[in-house]
Amino acid sequence: MNPAPNPRPRTPFLLASAAVASLALAGIAVQCSSPRPTEPARAAVADADGLRAWDVVYGVLQHPRCVNCHPAGNVPLQGEHLQLHAQNVQRGVDGKGRFDLKCATCHTAANTPGAHMPPGAPNWHLPTAAMPLVFEGKSKAELCRQMRDRAQNGDKTPEQLVEHMTHDPLVLWGWSPGEGRAPVSTPQAAFAQAARTWAASGCACPE
Amino acid sequence: MPIDLEVNGKRVSVDVDPTTPLLWVLREDLALPGTKFGCGAAQCGACTVHVDGASARSCVLPISAVAGKRITTIEGLDGKFGAALMQAWTEQDVPQCGYCQTGQIMSAAVLLKEAAKPTDGDIDACMSGNVCRCATYVRIRSAIHRAAEIASGGGR
Ligand code: FES
Ligand code: FES
Repeated sequence: MNPAPNPRPRTPFLLASAAVASLALAGIAVQCSSPRPTEPARAAVADADGLRAWDVVYGVLQHPRCVNCHPAGNVPLQGEHLQLHAQNVQRGVDGKGRFDLKCATCHTAANTPGAHMPPGAPNWHLPTAAMPLVFEGKSKAELCRQMRDRAQNGDKTPEQLVEHMTHDPLVLWGWSPGEGRAPVSTPQAAFAQAARTWAASGCACPE
Repeated sequence: MPIDLEVNGKRVSVDVDPTTPLLWVLREDLALPGTKFGCGAAQCGACTVHVDGASARSCVLPISAVAGKRITTIEGLDGKFGAALMQAWTEQDVPQCGYCQTGQIMSAAVLLKEAAKPTDGDIDACMSGNVCRCATYVRIRSAIHRAAEIASGGGR
């Protein structure tokens, strides 16, 4: 299976998102839910800008650095081509592996030096079995609806989603994944801005 | 700067580069050679120890990450599960060359602690990170079942 493409943000989008960044940063007062509320005044950002921002967010979420720990099954993935993790590693109920093969057995709080040595970041884990937050194989529309649905997104508000995507050290690891692994290709600042813009649009999703 | 930790119930202080892997400290500084070097890349399981009761591959664990923690190596594995594993491993004559076996036993000890009566699936889920060049896998599986029986009072 090939990794999904990871589009870079286009210049018009960057301009548009810069224009709304202060609104978004000032506080995301909108609600994201699925199905989404329909009142016209709900969002600080137009749908079109929100959809363009989602394109950027989706491209990042489909990068192997993100998909590898958001697999469709109960086995984490690894590498650039979404191979099943070696050693029969499994998700476990709490997303932290099973028995001897817990994530923390090999993955510490920092990357191990050397090419293809175990990567690491604080709290290395997968989503739990009850809330698996699958990214693998999801279309733009499917993943968008999942992300804005609190019943499927870990009960996160838009603010919490943005906080997780822009500040969680495990997410930020995607831009410094250690030797032998490609970092997420969209710059982190562009991703963060896109995430804020998308949330400020009321989590606009493609049909 | 010295780093303090507890190894097999004893407090120790080591003055080494903080990036030194725990495995090196155990073998070279603390004269505990039971834990083995196989790959140095968290791929084989030979270097498995317990840190605060959980498995860790000591070849990729910098000593700085275990400051203040409780380390157990094969030399210090005791209690109900340690005894049961030793009896089962001896009864079933599990090792061939023996090189991987300390790692196998340390991993199996975590399994017994978390699954009193492990299934074959549990054993696969636990032990697939421990490689045995001599392919003693069949005896390892059998000895884990036997150790579980011993630990639950079915010994003799
Ligand atoms: S020596 Fe540590 S896993 Fe192989
Ligand atoms: S007994 Fe020889 S490597 Fe396992």
